[in-house]
Amino acid sequence: MTRPSRLHVPHAPARPGQPPDFSYVHLSPAGAVARPDIGAPASELGPLSLELIRVLDDQHAAVGPWNPNLAIDELQVGLRWMVLTRLYDERMFKTQRQGRISFYVKSTGEEAVSVAAGLALKPTDMLFPSYRQQGLQFVRGMSLVDLMCQLLSNTRDMCKGRQLPVLYHSKARHLFTISGNLGTQCPQAVGWAMASAIKGQDDLAATWIGEGSTAAADFHNALLFASVYHAPAILNVVNNQWAISTFQGFAAAEQRSFASRAPSYGIPGLRVDGNDYLAVYAATRWAAERARRGDGATLIELVTYRSSAHSSSDDPSRYRPKDEPEHWPLGDPIERLKQHLIALGAWSQTQHAALEAELNEQLSIAWKEAVGYGSLSDGPKLHSDLMFEDVFKDMPQNLIDQRAQLRLEQG
Amino acid sequence: MAQMNMIQALNSAMDVCMAKDPSVVLLGQDIGYFGGVFRVTDGLQRKYGEHRVLDTPISESGIVAAAIGMAVNGLKPVAEIQFADYIYPGYDQIVSELARLRYRSAGDFPAAVTIRTPCGGGIHGGQTHSQSPEALFAHVCGIKVVMPSNPYDAKGLLIAAIEAEDPVLFLEPKRLYNGPFDGDPGKPAVPWSSHEKGEVPEGHYTVPLGQASVVRSGAAVTIITYGTMVHVALAAARQLDLDAEIIDVRSMVPLDVELLVASVEKTGRCLVAHEATRFGGFGAELAATIQERCFWHLQAPIERVGGWDTPYPHAFEWEYFPGPQRLSAALTRLMEAA
Repeated sequence: MTRPSRLHVPHAPARPGQPPDFSYVHLSPAGAVARPDIGAPASELGPLSLELIRVLDDQHAAVGPWNPNLAIDELQVGLRWMVLTRLYDERMFKTQRQGRISFYVKSTGEEAVSVAAGLALKPTDMLFPSYRQQGLQFVRGMSLVDLMCQLLSNTRDMCKGRQLPVLYHSKARHLFTISGNLGTQCPQAVGWAMASAIKGQDDLAATWIGEGSTAAADFHNALLFASVYHAPAILNVVNNQWAISTFQGFAAAEQRSFASRAPSYGIPGLRVDGNDYLAVYAATRWAAERARRGDGATLIELVTYRSSAHSSSDDPSRYRPKDEPEHWPLGDPIERLKQHLIALGAWSQTQHAALEAELNEQLSIAWKEAVGYGSLSDGPKLHSDLMFEDVFKDMPQNLIDQRAQLRLEQG
Repeated sequence: MAQMNMIQALNSAMDVCMAKDPSVVLLGQDIGYFGGVFRVTDGLQRKYGEHRVLDTPISESGIVAAAIGMAVNGLKPVAEIQFADYIYPGYDQIVSELARLRYRSAGDFPAAVTIRTPCGGGIHGGQTHSQSPEALFAHVCGIKVVMPSNPYDAKGLLIAAIEAEDPVLFLEPKRLYNGPFDGDPGKPAVPWSSHEKGEVPEGHYTVPLGQASVVRSGAAVTIITYGTMVHVALAAARQLDLDAEIIDVRSMVPLDVELLVASVEKTGRCLVAHEATRFGGFGAELAATIQERCFWHLQAPIERVGGWDTPYPHAFEWEYFPGPQRLSAALTRLMEAA
C-alpha cells in the first residue's frame, strides 16, 4: 500500500509574475544586537548567528555597539572603492555585450561585502575569494588595466590566457587564484590559516563562498578543519539569495540563517547586514582580532542581494520577479553609505557625481590602454606556446613535442 | 518525424521515459523551475510535477549519492551534473559506489542511475567549462559511458540509458546542442534542421548501448571517433577528398569492438580522434584494441589525435581543439606511410 508523495520541496517565495516577497528575511533593528567581547567562548555566541548585525539605521545614522567609529576619510575611501566596483562592473558587462570579452560576472548590490571586509583586514592577510568579490581586487591595489587585461585574455593577462574572465589572482597582493569550480577555496583558506598558525605568523586567511555553494562538502570540510585546529580564518558566506535560479532556501533548507551552521561546529557565526558597510567592517574586524588572538575561526553570513544576473550567460527574469531587486529590504550598499556621509555633512550629491565622473574617466583611460594590449579578437595576441607552460615546472617531453606540432600546424 | 536539435531530442527522451514509467525521476541543479542552464529539462517539471523533477542544492556528491539511494529503493533517477567539469565532487560516489554496487552486493543492490552531463569545449568556457572526462569513467568497471553526436542518437541512446539496468554516464557534447560543428569556428553556425540526424521520431525508440555506427563508408582509411569530433572528421575527409570510413563509437563502455575491427581490417589504416587530452585518453584504449586485433592488416602505424596534454585554455581554445587541420595532418601521414 502506498500513499501520495510526502517529499517536501522548498518553494521560492516569488517567481516571475508574482509579487516579490522577502518576508522570510529576518531583520533586527539597527544597533539592536549586542557586541560580545572578542574573546567570548563560542558556546555563548549562538544568538549572533540568528540575529542581524546592523549599524546604519533608516535615518542614515550609525548606531549601536557594532559601530566601528570610522573616520570620515575612511568612510570616503570605502565609498570610493564601492562606486568604482559598480562602475567597473557596468562598463565591463557592456564590453561583454559588445563581444569584446567572452564572459562577465557583476557584483552589483554586493559591493560592501568585498570592499568593507577587504579594508578591515591587513594587507598581508591572505584572501581566497569566489568570482563575485571584485571589490577585494580594488582595495588590494590591483590596477584597472591589469584587471581588464585579464578579462581580455590579452598579452598582459596575469593568467596568460588560461582562465575565464574575472578569475583574477595576485601573489604580490595576497589574492589567491579564483576557481571556476564552486566552494573549493573555502577549505583551502583554512589550510592556509593552519599553516599561518604552525609558522607563528600573525596573518589570517579570509574566504568568500556563495550561499548556494555551502551545499558542497567543501564548505563543511572548511568548518570542520577550522573548528578542529582553531585556524585563524574568516569564512564569509555571501547570501545573495539566488544561486542562478535556485533560491537560498535550497541550501539553507529554509532555515533563517547560514551563520547558524557554525555553532554546531563550535565556531561563532555572525549574521550581518551585507549591504551595511559599517556592519560588514565591524564584524570582519571582530572576527579578525579574534583569529589573531588565537581564538580560531569565525563564520560571517553577509545577507545581501544579487541585483544583477548570475553572469553574462544568465537571464534572471526567467526565474524571479522582474521588480524583485527594488523590494530588497536592506537597500543598496552604496546608497546607504553615501546617505550616511551626507547626513554627517561629509558628502554631497555634487561630490558624488564628480566622483563618478572621475572614476568613469579613469575607466575609459584604463580600457583604452588595456585593449591596446590585445583581445581575443583584435590586436596583439598571446603566443600559443604559452599554452604548454606551467602545466609542470619543467616541461615534459610530450608537451615539448606537442608545442612543436602546434607550431607546424600554424605553419 | 519531427525536427529537433539535440536539446529538444534529449528533452523528448526524458519526456517519453517519464510518461511511460512513473519511477523515472530527474534531479539536478536548476533543472526544475528553470529547465536547466542549457534548457534540456525545460517544461518537464511543469508536466510531471516537482516530486519527479527535483531542483537540488549545489552538491554533486549529494546528487549522485541521493540518486543511488533512490535507485536502490526502486526509482529510475536521471541526474544532471551542470557541467562535466563539476562532476569531480561526485567522483567518489560514482567510482567507489555507483559503479560497484552490483558487484559488491553480488547483484542484490544494483543502482541503475543515469548521469547526464554536458562536456567538451568550443564555447569559450575555459578550463572549467570545457572538459571531456570520459576516460576517467571508462576506466572504472561497472558504469557504462555514452556520448552521442547527433539528435537522433542522443534521444535513442538516452532512452536506452534510462531503461538500462546498469548505471550510465551520458556525456552531451554541448557544442553540438544546437547544430553540427565541423571544427571551424569562423563559419556561421549550422542548425540541426538542415541535417538528416535532426529528424527525430517523437515517440519511443532506442539506440542500443554498445553499438557503434558507420557514419560514412570508405575504403582508404578508418577514422574512429565520437562526439563533436565525428563532424570534424567528416570535414577533414571532405577537405582531403579522402575515401575515409568514419565510425562514431557512441558507446565507449561497452565498446563495439567487432565493428571497429571489421572496418580497419578492410581499410588497413586507422586514425583515432577525440577532443579530450591525448595522454591516457580513451583513444589509447581504442588504438591498443585495434593494434591487438588488426596488427597484420595494418599498413601504417595507428595515428592518435586529441587535445593537447594541458588544461583547456580560455585564450587558445582553437589552438587546443583538435580541428580539421590536426586531423588532416594525421591523415596525410597515415596515407603517405608505406
